[in-house]
Amino acid sequence: MDWGFILERSFSAMIGPEVVVYALAAVGLNVHFGYTGLMNFGQVGFMAAGAYGVGVSVFWLGWNFWIGIVFAFVYAGVLALLLGLPTLRLRADYLSLVTIAASETIRLLARSRVMQPITGGVEGVNQFAGPFYDLSPFELGKFYSFGPFKYLGRDVWVLLVGWTLLILITLMVRQLMGSPWGRTLRAIREDEDAARALGKNVYFYKMQSLMFGGMIGAVAGVLQVIQKSSVQADTFNPVITFTIWTILIIGGPGRVWSPIVGASIYWTLIVFVENTLRQLPPGLRATLEDSIQLSDFNIAMLRFILVGGGLLLLARFRPQGIFGSREEMALDRR
Amino acid sequence: MTAAEQPILTARGVVKTFGGLRAVDVDQLEIQRNKITALIGPNGAGKTTFFNLLTGFDQVDSGEITFDGAVITGTAPHRLAAKGMVRTFQLTKALAKLSTIENMKLGALDQRGEKFWAALLPSSWTKQEQAIEARADAILRRFNLTAMRDEYAGTMSGGQRKLLEMARALMTDPRLVMLDEPMAGVNPALAQSLLELIKLLPGEGRTVIFVEHNMDVVQEIADWVIVMAEGRIIAQGTPTEVKSNKAVIDAYLGAHHGEDLSQVDLT
Repeated sequence: MDWGFILERSFSAMIGPEVVVYALAAVGLNVHFGYTGLMNFGQVGFMAAGAYGVGVSVFWLGWNFWIGIVFAFVYAGVLALLLGLPTLRLRADYLSLVTIAASETIRLLARSRVMQPITGGVEGVNQFAGPFYDLSPFELGKFYSFGPFKYLGRDVWVLLVGWTLLILITLMVRQLMGSPWGRTLRAIREDEDAARALGKNVYFYKMQSLMFGGMIGAVAGVLQVIQKSSVQADTFNPVITFTIWTILIIGGPGRVWSPIVGASIYWTLIVFVENTLRQLPPGLRATLEDSIQLSDFNIAMLRFILVGGGLLLLARFRPQGIFGSREEMALDRR
Repeated sequence: MTAAEQPILTARGVVKTFGGLRAVDVDQLEIQRNKITALIGPNGAGKTTFFNLLTGFDQVDSGEITFDGAVITGTAPHRLAAKGMVRTFQLTKALAKLSTIENMKLGALDQRGEKFWAALLPSSWTKQEQAIEARADAILRRFNLTAMRDEYAGTMSGGQRKLLEMARALMTDPRLVMLDEPMAGVNPALAQSLLELIKLLPGEGRTVIFVEHNMDVVQEIADWVIVMAEGRIIAQGTPTEVKSNKAVIDAYLGAHHGEDLSQVDLT
C-alpha cells in the first residue's frame, strides 16, 4: 500500500475544489434550513440554475462571461422567487415538495432533446470559462505543491477564487445572522405565529431567505462548472442535494462554520476511504473480490456505505453535529 | 363622542363557521379604551376563535371589525401589531432557542437592522439596538426576569414563559394588549404578580382584553366582563353583575344544575 499517495490525495481533498463547491452550497442551505427552518430539498436546482445561467448565456447567447455570471445569480434569485411565491405561505412541507420537483425538472429539461439547441442536451455546454482562466496567475497545466497539498495550476486558481468567495460569503452570513434580521429569521424558524404577532412579515423574510440562500447555491454551481469547464445536466441530480444536507448535518445546522468543516470532513473521508480500498494489498483485495465482489465499480459504492456508517455513529453520539450545542438541542424535548 | 370615549375595538355581525358549526356569531361588541375587559365562557364557547378573528390570525366569514376607528377586517396580523394591537397565545410561544433578551428585542417594531441590506452595516442599527436593549432590560426588571436575561427561554418554567411572552408583547408598545389565558398553568404566587402587572397597563394608556376561565381572577382585575357561550355573547357587565346573571350560571353549570334530574322535564 502506498500510504504517501493515499495521504496526498486525502490532504488535497481536505481543501480541494469539491469542498469549496459543496461548502458554498451548504452555506446557502444553512441560511434556508439552519437559520430559517425552510425545508429546501432542491438546493442542487439552484446550483444548476447558476451553472446553466452562465453556461447558456455565454455559450449560446454569446454574452460576455462576467455578465453571464451576474445573469446566473439573477436567474437563481428569480427561480427562488417563483418557487417561494406559491409555497411560503403554506405549511413547511410544501416547499420541500416543490423544491425537489423543481430541481429534477430543471435537470430533465436541460438534458431533453427539445432543449438541446440551448442547453446542449446530454452533451451539455463546454468552452465558456476561458475568460476566468485567462486571469490565472498560475500556469494552468503545471502541478503546484504546498506542503502536503498538490494541485494543478488551474485548480489552484479556482481554489484561490473559491476560498476567497467562500470566506467572504460565510462572514457575510455571520454578520447577517448576528443582526436583528437574523434574529427574526431564527424566531421564524421556531414559531412563525410568534413572529407574526410581534409585527414581522414572515412571508417576506422567508422569501428573502430563500432567495439569498438560493443565490449562494448558484455561486456554488457557477464555481463547479468553471472548475469542470463544462455544464452537464446529470451532475445536478438529487443525490447532490442530499450530500449537501449530509455536510450541513455533520457540521451542525445553524452554525456559521458548519458548512466548511462539514464539507471538508465529508470529502476527506470519501477520498481517504476510496483510495485506501483501491490500495489494499493484492492478497486481501483478491479475497474481498471473491467474497464480497469488491470490484473497482463497487469500491465507489462501498465508500458511500462506509461513510454512511460513520454518519450513523455521528447521529447516535453527536446528533447536534460538530458545532451544534447539545443544550440547545435538548430544548426541543421540553 | 370624544376620542377618549370612542371604543378602541368594535365587532359587528362577525360570523365564523367551521363546516356546519357556527363557532363565532357576534352581533355587536365594543371594547372600552384603557379598561381591562375579560372574555369568559365555558370550553368550546368560541373565545379563542373570536380572539383569532380579532387579531387577524383567522379570517371572518362575514362582519366587520374596527380598531381605533379604522376597519381592520382581513388585515394581516403583522400589520395589526404595527398598528398597536398585540396578542399572546394560550399555548405559550416563548422562543425556546433564543435567549430571554433576544426574545425581548425581537418584539420591538420598526427595527432598521431587520432590513437585509442595513443588517450588513451595523453602524446603521447598533444605536437603535442599544436603545431597544435598554428598554427590554427595563421591562425585564419590572417582570422580575432579569436573572434569566441571557439564558435560553427554553430553560424557563411555564409561568416564567407566560411572563416573558407578556413582557415581549409590551416591547411593541401596544395600545391594545390581548392575552389568551394568561394565567393558565401559572403557579399561584407567580399568578399574583402577573395580575399586578396587568393592572398597571391601563394607567400606561393600554387597553387589555383577556380570555380567562378562573372567575376569581376575573373578579379581581376586570372592569368589564363579556360572557360567550356557543359562539354568542350571552351577557356582559361588571364582574358583580355578571356573577349573578342567570344566563351565565346556566351556561357554565347547565340550566338544570342543582335540580334532581329525575324530576326535570327534558322534552
